[in-house]
Amino acid sequence: MSLSFLKHRDVAAGLLFLLTGVVVAAGACQYPLGSAMRMGAGYFPLLLGGFLAILGAAVLLRAFFSRQKHLVERLMLKPMLLIGAGVLAFAGLLGSIGLAAASFLLIALSGLAHQESRMRELLPLGLAMALFGAGVFVWGLGLPLPLLPA
Amino acid sequence: MELISHLGIGLEAVLTWQNLGYCFLGVLLGTLIGVLPGLGPVATIAMLLPVTYGLPPLSALIMLAGIYYGAQYGGSTTAILVNLPGESSSVVTCLDGYAMARQGRAGVALGIAALGSFFAGTVATLVIAAAALPLAEFALKFGPAEYFSLMLLGLIAAVVLAQGDVFKAIAMVVAGLILGLVGTDVSSGAERFTFGMPELADGISFVVLSMGLFGIAEIMINLERGSGRDVFSTRIGSLLPKREDLRQSVKPILRGTALGSLLGILPGGGAVLSSFSAYTLEKRIARDPSRFGKGAIEGVAGPEAANNAGAQTSFIPLLVMGLPSNAVMALMVGAMMIHGIVPGPQVMEERPALFWGLIVSMWIGNLFLVLLNMPLIGLWARLLKVPYRLLYPVILLFCCVGVYSINNSAFDVGLTLFFGMLGYLFVKLNCEPAPLLLGFVLGPMMEENLRRAMLLARGNALVFFERPISLTLLIASALLLCVLAWPKARKARDLAFQEN
Repeated sequence: MSLSFLKHRDVAAGLLFLLTGVVVAAGACQYPLGSAMRMGAGYFPLLLGGFLAILGAAVLLRAFFSRQKHLVERLMLKPMLLIGAGVLAFAGLLGSIGLAAASFLLIALSGLAHQESRMRELLPLGLAMALFGAGVFVWGLGLPLPLLPA
Repeated sequence: MELISHLGIGLEAVLTWQNLGYCFLGVLLGTLIGVLPGLGPVATIAMLLPVTYGLPPLSALIMLAGIYYGAQYGGSTTAILVNLPGESSSVVTCLDGYAMARQGRAGVALGIAALGSFFAGTVATLVIAAAALPLAEFALKFGPAEYFSLMLLGLIAAVVLAQGDVFKAIAMVVAGLILGLVGTDVSSGAERFTFGMPELADGISFVVLSMGLFGIAEIMINLERGSGRDVFSTRIGSLLPKREDLRQSVKPILRGTALGSLLGILPGGGAVLSSFSAYTLEKRIARDPSRFGKGAIEGVAGPEAANNAGAQTSFIPLLVMGLPSNAVMALMVGAMMIHGIVPGPQVMEERPALFWGLIVSMWIGNLFLVLLNMPLIGLWARLLKVPYRLLYPVILLFCCVGVYSINNSAFDVGLTLFFGMLGYLFVKLNCEPAPLLLGFVLGPMMEENLRRAMLLARGNALVFFERPISLTLLIASALLLCVLAWPKARKARDLAFQEN
């Protein structure tokens, strides 16, 4: 069976909602449900999960019967990866290498995601923002962030 | 005369150098960030929220309100100068504002937007001050059943306002309600959907979710669409409108203010609904509707007055009932909670200086907005010329520092990235994220009130129909749903959103 029907926008959206709803409803059943008068931890989540699954099924069914088929636009992987790498490097290393170095890394990595990015612009920008971050966030606003490598 | 004595209490609280300074700083920072393309009020406030943590409660709220107005006006500036709406409430400003800029009248458009906003802000402040007391008394009649029905109405209104498909918008609201469940259940203490991660025990932070959906996702979309921005390079021209411009704008400003003040109070309402309705109204009653879209000053004056009035009166449901009616107000709830203030009818009684101080500061914020923007507009225009390839890494850095500093948590930054990717996917699937955010905020409150109402009614779900206020709210919700299902009304709604 071909999986190409997944590329239709509403098919994908409907499936996403349907599956999430089912998973949430199943998860809700792990918690005590209680009764309508004394609702347990699982009661409201079960209602919501069920409702989301029904909505997802409706979106899905309608997509199958609709004549208009919008395809999902292509996801741009390069910006996703570079921005993801920059943010994760910042989050993961801030504690050990300090705000200045982490800011520089974030700018240098994520800055590459633009089509016209240039290293000779990004390096000074990263340096400037490392200084700016130190001045404004740590000294100016007094945020409790480590500034230099521990 | 009670009104005057209340405003007096507020003035006394606000008029310290410290508070005025924070108000000014808020307006300045809000405009600065709001001018940047692709950053609306939600992302701006979320980004600047950590700045206010260390302040006394009133100063923090004053500063946040200032940031909000600044961001709102910054969005209009971007709309007029580069035809890029920072948020959905300035979409209609693009239409005639940018057309005016192309005719060399950018200055007049910016000037009339500022003056209209100031007038609307002044009136809306008085509306809030006058309406707060009676509405708070009315709100005291609300029990859990009424609160539940009111929130339902708000969520349905959010669906009506969302662009695109109704089914998907409802699904997004429900998905938001589900995200709101994550964390420790207040009544039973059970940890729900935390996947065993201790970082999720307190639930997902609102800042994390909104920064992901509105900050990071927006950056990825902008990167993909390329920066087709084209800053208006000719001179901005005089900011002061000519007599003829003023004459044409007075009535649209009055109408916009009235419409905005009214629509802002509705749950799910606020700036977006107000500006769209004002534009539609002006176009409909104009003698020559074909001028619209080609630089009609009424098309800037009306919506700009309306969105500012609506932005302000949307504080009413929050201050009076503790119910946020849109994403910005949801952030304000978060900010109030951090300072130990639970928004609701009791705030007015227990902390009058804070309550009336906040209201007075709204007017002062609007005053600063005019005083600040008139001379600084050239600076904002220059800021817009900075290429996006240099701008977005800086925006991203601010987002990350903002999120990290809430709890000093690397986990939160990672979670923000996750929601950013999810938000990007939502855009690809044509699902609008705004209804999800409102669902997320209202989720825990809805569950709490549903539980209490059902407990009081001994499990009888009919209680929602037996109480008159609750019944009225449910009927209003049903009517809204009917309007959505009615093909002609749906077409009109889609048309209104496609105006650009």
